[in-house]
This record gives sequence, C-alpha cells and structure tokens, in this order.
Amino acid sequence: MKYLRAIGSYFIMIRKVFSSPTKGSVMKELIFKEIDDLIIRSLGIVSFISFFVGGVIAIQTALNLENPLIPKTLIGFATRQSILLEFAPTFMSIIMAGRAGSFITSTIGSMRVTEQIDALEVMGVNSLNYLVFPKIIAFLFYPFLIAIAMFLGIFGGLLAGVYGGFTTLSDFIMGLQDTFYPFHLVYAFIKTFIFAFILATVPSWQGYYMKGGALEVGKASTKSFVWTSILIILTNYIVTQLLLS
Amino acid sequence: MIKINNITKQFGEDEVLKGISTTFERGKTNLVIGRSGSGKTVMLKCLVGLFEPNSGEIFFEDKALHSMNNEEHRILREEMGMLFQGGALFDSMNIEENVMFPLRMFSDKKRPELLERVNEVLKRVDLENVNKKFPSEISGGMKKRVSIARAIVNKPKYLFCDEPNSGLDPKTATLIDNLIQDITKENNITTIVVTHDMNSVMEIGEKIVFLKNGKLVWQGDNKEIFKTDNKDVTDFVYSSDLFKKIRSIQIEES
Repeated sequence: MKYLRAIGSYFIMIRKVFSSPTKGSVMKELIFKEIDDLIIRSLGIVSFISFFVGGVIAIQTALNLENPLIPKTLIGFATRQSILLEFAPTFMSIIMAGRAGSFITSTIGSMRVTEQIDALEVMGVNSLNYLVFPKIIAFLFYPFLIAIAMFLGIFGGLLAGVYGGFTTLSDFIMGLQDTFYPFHLVYAFIKTFIFAFILATVPSWQGYYMKGGALEVGKASTKSFVWTSILIILTNYIVTQLLLS
Repeated sequence: MIKINNITKQFGEDEVLKGISTTFERGKTNLVIGRSGSGKTVMLKCLVGLFEPNSGEIFFEDKALHSMNNEEHRILREEMGMLFQGGALFDSMNIEENVMFPLRMFSDKKRPELLERVNEVLKRVDLENVNKKFPSEISGGMKKRVSIARAIVNKPKYLFCDEPNSGLDPKTATLIDNLIQDITKENNITTIVVTHDMNSVMEIGEKIVFLKNGKLVWQGDNKEIFKTDNKDVTDFVYSSDLFKKIRSIQIEES
C-alpha cells in the first residue's frame, strides 16, 4: 500500500509539472541555470571517470588474453562495446544519481523545510512546474554528456592499451571498427534519454514530498540515490530485453 | 475583509480546527493568538490556500473561496502577501531578486521600473544598500523586513504574517510589529498576524482572536483582553511573571 501510494504521488507530480506553466522569461533563466548546475558542472567528474575507466577496461582485457590465437584487436573491440553499451549510459547515470540527484533532492528538500515552496504556492506559482520542469529540460542535454563519456572512455582505453604496450594503435583501431552495429549507438542513446528523465524527476519527487527538518533532507538525499539507482538498473534490464534480444 | 464560517480541518483522526467562525476587518491588524498547537498556523494556512478546510467557508470580500474559478483564484493569489515564520527567502537569489520575484511573475514591466518599486519598498522597511546581499549574509531581523518587503511589493489587499517576531530581540520585534501596523493603515489592507507574543498583543492587537485546542474561545481587542474573565485567556495572558506582576498591581490599585 505504501509503495502504491508512493508510485501514485510520483505520477501526480509528473502531471502537475506540465500544468500551469511559469512565465516564459523566468523559465528561460531557470533552464539556463539548471543546464549549468546539472550538466556543465558534471563535465569534470564525467570526463575524469570515463577516461580512467576506459583505460582500466583496456588493460584488464589485455591481461586476460592469454591464448595466442585470440587477436589483439579484441582489446579495442571489448573497450568499445563495454563503454558504448553499458559504462557510458548506465554506470555514468548511476554516478549522476549520486552527483546531480543528491543535489536536486537536497536543494528542493531544503526549500521544503524552510517554507520556500509554501512561499511559491502562496504567490500563485505552480511550484512543481517552477522547480522540476527546468530540470527535465536541462537533462535533455544529458546525451551530450554521455557522448563525451563515450569518446573519452574509448580514448582512455586507446592510450592505456597502446602506451602501456598491450596492443598497437592499428590493432586497437581495427578492433574499434570490428563488427560495429550503428543500432548499438541508437540503443545507448534511447537508454540515455530514459535515464535522463529518471534523473530529473525521481530526486525532485523525493525532495518535494519530504517531511521533517534538516536531518530528513540528508535521509531524503540517500533515499533518492537508492531509488534512482534501482530504477536505472531495472529500466536498463527492460530496455535491453526489448531492444537487443 | 475576510470572513470565515465554521471551518474545520482534520489530519487523519486529529481534528485541528473545530468549527471556527470570525471576521477579519480591512484596515485593522487582526491577531490570532493561542498556545502552541492550538491551530493558529493551520488556520492561517487554510486562509492562504496551503490547506483545504474539511468543511466550512472562507469569504474574501463576500466571495466564497470554494466557488472561485481558476482565474479568480489566480487573481486572489496576486492580492495576497505572506510573511513566513523563518522569512522563506529564496537562498539562491539576492535581496533585490527576492523582493522583485512577485513582480517578475505577475507584471510585464521592464526591469528599471521593477527595480524602482523594489527600492521603494526596501526603503519603506528601512533597508537600504543591501540589494546585492544574499539571505545568508543578513541578520534575522533584516530577513523579516526583506520578507515584509516581498509580501507588500505587489500592493496586496491581504497580508498574512506567521509569528513575525519569533526569534527576534524585543526591540527588533517591536519594530517589526509597528511596521506591520503602519503598512496596514497606509494601504488599508486586511492583515492577519498569528502570534503568541503578548507584546504584539499590547502593541498592535486591534482585533484579537484567541484559539484553544482548535476552538475559538474569545475575541476582542487589546484593551478588552486585560479585562476579560475568560479563564483560558487569563491563563494565557498572565502566564509570564511580568504580566502576573502587572495584574497584581492592577488588583491592588483597584
């Protein structure tokens, strides 16, 4: 019953987010601010993690190639597949649930605790539209972040593989080009858009409906990370089953 | 003028407001007093539309709140200003942006005109040269004054104040009380102040409504409250040593 009520409140929130829109000039500013807070400011951590994880994937693949019959091109192939299909869209989204999700929950939760959301409502502002809609729009730029993660992950793999002496540049590039299905990219970006919507709305929902004081804001942030991660993993499984099997 | 007729509010099994009826007059500072948990803030939140009463009616100038359509609701919201207990200033905005916020939401005027009005109301609440500061950089008393400025910037017909001087020193509290009363008179608005501060009762209580356990048990003004025999009111009024002393001197003199 408790979970049904929670799911119900989430969908009611989504409906309200798209009703009674905020004045255009105000909304435009809010969207730019959210793009800066949620996307641009995540560039650093996303780049750093992608580059080094790409390197680690290349090294680990190389170290597990003991059979001389298996070509060295597999290092590039495995790096590409891991990064494009799973690491960049899915695991980067879980990292974003920690980075951007906690930020969203704690910001909205603090506004709830300090009656700022009540102030918006008293002024006749649809607080859900004002607070959540710009985040949804900002997350439409999330695929650009994931594209950067894909590029840097593969580039990190290339540098680690070639300069670590595990493979040659031509072998790595041949592996990258081996049996490449463009639909895998489409699949990765379909997932990314769904995760973007989850990343924008689930933490907002946790923050908006939280009750209590400062301590509960912290608890809501943790809960938000757990819920967002679970939803991303479940959605990942369902989308993979639907699109790739 | 705001009239409430037999409103009740329940949270689960807990009945917080039990059939309250009264009228808050225009041009007067109307105080709602009572002990913590008596239902004052819930009543205020019903008036501003944050809570919906379970039964009863609220009238704004003879127009029932529940019979208003969306457009009438929107207009009514524009006519309301509210001062929250903690100020409820937006942390991400500086003082100027905070005060300008209601104007930006509801007016199509250009920024210089809006800024002129912002500076006018900031001057009215005795705050100058703080425009670019953030809420975290100013004192509690200043936050309350910024909050009053934000509440009145749109020239509201109704001003609601939730414990406006809680957490303030007596001198600043008196300044805030007087400011609320002056603004009420200057603009001839209907002001409702929720408080449990007896100094406010003495200073600005032109109409006082006393709540106990969700019921209205007494109403009158700041002179009548010291003469009433209602035990609930006298228990509340004379709960502090200072007022007990004043009471004993009054009895001795009489």
